[in-house]
Amino acid sequence: MLEIKNLHVSVEGRKILKGFSLKVDAGEVHSIMGPNGSGKSTLASVLAGRDGYEVTQGQVLYRGRDLLEMEAEERACEGVFMAFQYPVEIPGVGSIQFLTAALNAIRKHRGEEELDAFEALKLFKDKVKQLHMSDEMLHRSVNEGFSGGEKKKNEIFQMAVLEPSLAILDETDSGLDIDALRIVADGVNALRSPERAMLVITHYQRLLNYIVPDYVHVLVDGRIVRSGGKELALHLEEHGYSWAGERDPAAPAGASA
Amino acid sequence: MSGKLKGKGGLEGYLEAFKRFQNGAGGPSWLRDVRQAAIQRSAELGFPTVRDEHWKFTNLAPLAKKTFRAASGGGKITLDDVAPFVFRGQESARLVFVNGRYVEELSDPCAQPGGVIACSLAQSLGTHKELVEQHLAKHLDYERDFFAVLNTAFMADGGFVYVPARALVQRPIHLVFGTTKTSSPVVTHPRNLIMVGEAAEAAIVEEYVSLGGDEYFTNAVSELVVDEGAVLEHYRVERESERAYNIGTVRVQQGRGSNVTCHGVFLGGALVRNNMHPVLAGEGAECVLNGVFMPRGRQHIDNFMWVEHASPHCGSRQYYNGILDDKASGVFSGRIIVHKDAQKTDAKQTNRNLLLSDEAQMDSKPQLEIYADDVKCTHGATIGQLDDEAIFYLRSRGIAAETARTLLLFGFAAENLERMREEPIRRYVEDLVTGRLPRGEILKKLS
Ligand SMILES: Nc1ncnc2c1ncn2[C@@H]1O[C@H](COP(=O)(O)OP(=O)(O)OP(=O)(O)O)[C@@H](O)[C@H]1O
Ligand SMILES: [Mg+2]
Repeated sequence: MLEIKNLHVSVEGRKILKGFSLKVDAGEVHSIMGPNGSGKSTLASVLAGRDGYEVTQGQVLYRGRDLLEMEAEERACEGVFMAFQYPVEIPGVGSIQFLTAALNAIRKHRGEEELDAFEALKLFKDKVKQLHMSDEMLHRSVNEGFSGGEKKKNEIFQMAVLEPSLAILDETDSGLDIDALRIVADGVNALRSPERAMLVITHYQRLLNYIVPDYVHVLVDGRIVRSGGKELALHLEEHGYSWAGERDPAAPAGASA
Repeated sequence: MSGKLKGKGGLEGYLEAFKRFQNGAGGPSWLRDVRQAAIQRSAELGFPTVRDEHWKFTNLAPLAKKTFRAASGGGKITLDDVAPFVFRGQESARLVFVNGRYVEELSDPCAQPGGVIACSLAQSLGTHKELVEQHLAKHLDYERDFFAVLNTAFMADGGFVYVPARALVQRPIHLVFGTTKTSSPVVTHPRNLIMVGEAAEAAIVEEYVSLGGDEYFTNAVSELVVDEGAVLEHYRVERESERAYNIGTVRVQQGRGSNVTCHGVFLGGALVRNNMHPVLAGEGAECVLNGVFMPRGRQHIDNFMWVEHASPHCGSRQYYNGILDDKASGVFSGRIIVHKDAQKTDAKQTNRNLLLSDEAQMDSKPQLEIYADDVKCTHGATIGQLDDEAIFYLRSRGIAAETARTLLLFGFAAENLERMREEPIRRYVEDLVTGRLPRGEILKKLS
């Protein structure tokens, strides 16, 4: 589904990703862990199509197509979804208005019938209920005045509505209390399917108790320095990232510089 | 008036026109005296220039040079022409003025319970003499406001609203001022007198539109006298032709514990000046000035706020948002004057502006004049572009870049629209604003 080959990315002339490679197949959940500033959000942003990133080398294929050639909205319509580390507040734009626009843009792209305002609202309310969230947020402006946890839950709600093929969650667990963490994890797990893939970026192995990944990768200074199964996360928790970087002789090419 | 009477431009033209007007206009002698005094004062003041500190950012030369014939009614307007001016889902009283004069056949003042009166000012001179004489032209700023004084010299008609103490206006009162196509440019001086009695409640809309008129001048004045404990929701919707001039002055006199919200929506006009002048005269009065202005092309919209705190414990809020496109220009001057005795004043002002083009220009200027020592006054202004982060957020959900911009522009204006409490009026205004946004039609499908 997703193939990232030797990706090099700079921001304002600074090299952030330095030869990042990763292959994700449909049905898989990959977790990316790494210290602050290692480039996790940069990776997510480049995949989602945020401006301001310069790809100096490498390639990203999504379902066989060059992802980097596509506009951000086209990626979303093709099924890429990023849950933001810091969701944006948009005063004055109603959540329903926003999500109806998004849903219908995607449906139209897929050749499906657009929903009218009434049908869309019904769908939103059903999803809110399934996720055990409160529909109060539907009646507010997008993320405006939301608490950190509410914003994260809203990202998961949007994901549930838009039903992406590739979901990238950028630290969706940070700042959540136990209840919210369960709601978020349940939302993600409900979406797991053989047709979908997920990239779960996190600092804490805690989340991975709820969303059990197939693979865990350790990102240090713009490169994957170690990959393994879910037990790698536990090991990291104990030994820290420096361990992962220093002592793995089997790290992917370019990791041991 | 015949188009052949070729008047002189500028002040002289008005002085000459006044002689003819005063001879023909009639009215009680006190009114003739008020007009006479006003024309004299107009002559003393003269057209403001950019050297005048209150007009620094608005060059009136094109308006001052131009000759406008005094309009006095006429124009073939039918009910169909004014049919668009209704608030869906809400019965409202509608008074229609064409070329400055009330037109009964186009109006529906509809009976309101509780002794509420909504009629034309011309009618009220006959039917409610005492009320008019008591309040008309009593609160204007003769010291500095040339256009309000000029309006006073020529005042003949407009809306007259009287809400007795403790009455509740159930149907909003909608005053529509339209100018028709004329052989040469005309000027009208609509004059509104609105009185809301003690603990009464009312919603009033003034709307200025083109009914086929192209280049013309509307010089409007509204006096709002709001008594103790009264609540008034006042709306001004300006959508003149894009070659028209509109200068409007709203003077609000607020009694103790009264609550007034003045909403403004400014869309039309080549040159627009929006003078808002509330005086919080009674203790504990509250006033909100909430406006959105959206010039494009070469339009120029100048918002001039003059908020006077004259008593203790009063609160005022100014929220003005501007969206400027093309080569348009805008001004926001927000003066807050806190008089010596107005302790515990709580005044706040924000002016936010979006420039959609490199050539659009905005001047924003807060001015605080504070003579009391225990007050809280804050102000803030921003001039910028749409937030890239927000655009990306919307695009990352599949929304096309263009649509994302439209949504964000609407959101920007929605901050003001959301303050409008009368839902049918808000929806009406929302439609107008949406209609002015690039690709605004897409918003219709989303709510
Ligand atoms: N727009 C930018 N301009 C300059 N530097 C940037 C920009 N965006 C990211 N960086 C830098 O790139 C590096 C990687 O940032 P990134 O946000 O990808 O890290 P991260 O792994 O997500 O960290 P965290 O765990 O704190 O979220 C950091 O040093 C950061 O300061
Ligand atoms: Mg990050």
